[in-house]
Amino acid sequence: MEGAWIALALTLKVAGWATVLNLVFGIAVGFAIARARFPGRDVLDAVLTLPMVMPPTVLGYYLLVLLGSHGPLGAWLIEQFGIRLIFTWQGAVIAAMVVAFPLVFKAARAAFETIDSQLEDAARTLGMHEIAIFFRVTLPLAWRGILAGLLLSFARALGEFGATLMVAGSIPGRTQTMSIAVYEAVQAGQDDAANFLVAVTSIVCVAVLLAAGRLVPGRVAARGG
Amino acid sequence: MIWDVELHRGLVHDGTRFDLAIRFASEAERLVLHGPSGAGKTQTLKMIAGIARPDSGRVAVAGRTLYDSAARAFLSAQERRLGYVFQDYALFPHLTVRQNIAFGLRRGWLNPARSFTDPAVGRWIGAFHLDAVAGHYPHQLSGGQRQRTALARALVNGPHALLLDEPFAALDKALAKRLRAELKELQEQLRVPLLLITHDDDDLRDLAHDVVHLHGGRVVAAAAVAEAT
Repeated sequence: MEGAWIALALTLKVAGWATVLNLVFGIAVGFAIARARFPGRDVLDAVLTLPMVMPPTVLGYYLLVLLGSHGPLGAWLIEQFGIRLIFTWQGAVIAAMVVAFPLVFKAARAAFETIDSQLEDAARTLGMHEIAIFFRVTLPLAWRGILAGLLLSFARALGEFGATLMVAGSIPGRTQTMSIAVYEAVQAGQDDAANFLVAVTSIVCVAVLLAAGRLVPGRVAARGG
Repeated sequence: MIWDVELHRGLVHDGTRFDLAIRFASEAERLVLHGPSGAGKTQTLKMIAGIARPDSGRVAVAGRTLYDSAARAFLSAQERRLGYVFQDYALFPHLTVRQNIAFGLRRGWLNPARSFTDPAVGRWIGAFHLDAVAGHYPHQLSGGQRQRTALARALVNGPHALLLDEPFAALDKALAKRLRAELKELQEQLRVPLLLITHDDDDLRDLAHDVVHLHGGRVVAAAAVAEAT
């Protein structure tokens, strides 16, 4: 049972970091795509949404090719900083982040697109600079939609299996997250451990979904005006 | 000259091209731009405020040149310091009346706190009888209260001029009449130049020192408007 708690702690750490990174990148990219007008915008949107529909093992393979010690980014990281991501929990964070990214990005883009641009114009006539407008008008109004996406991405990151296994492997206590531990337990015939892990995972996921359901953008509309 | 405006802009709307070519100058402290919907009134007001960009032209208000395409001068909306009251008021839905009014006074990345106090905010809340609803959110307000909040928010920064887009269109006739009288009195007190756009003849009669008639993106004589509408 102790192994299960270690796996749970590791899973929360990995999913937590992945969600924090997606908070920053998802909002930034979602805002850029919602506002910028450039050719190829739809293509870029599709590419960024790809992790949602592609098999996680394929994504994991891409990440291995990119981040491995012979990969363009991996070789550079080792050379410049001595950082190795493959078979580390940080590698698992990258895998979970990429897989869950579209959920935040899509939610953020939709939330930013529903904001009445007149409110931002109003802030401009009141002398507010663009960065201040983003933090005082745009982000607060989009926040609920983004938060719902963030919670979904956290849930997705909690359950990440394929890409994580490809990139970080299954090292107990270091990179073995809950979903991988379940697989290992079943393979090894440890039914008790598997049952416990499955129950804990289910409870955490239901709790996250309930929280996300309370934050769907529909509730904001009733409050706005 | 208080208002000196010349604006050119080609717009494509629903597949049809609309050319806006407006030119007017006036010494009137209360100037009304009058015309039917689709005449280009709101576009004109937005270009004066700097939240829409003309192709070419010149805008000078109360002796300050805000835009001059020939001299490549363009002040941003932030630098123009013109108060703007939007047709549907554009109050910030996530902020209370007090926070909305204080919005322009608080610099930086954070909104004013709900308890934010400032003499100017207190003065306008009092002047517009908003004390009882100062802690309310915009969706909890009546139409008249929303309009007053929007007006207070625009005035609290001490703007060089006030631009109003159909400020009474969303209100019933009796309330519009009362608020029109309030606005007139306020303007006479503050002596802030005021430019109001409307399709309502009551606004002309009660408020205007001078009128500019717009139709189809052009300035026209009053008779032409009567004929066309």
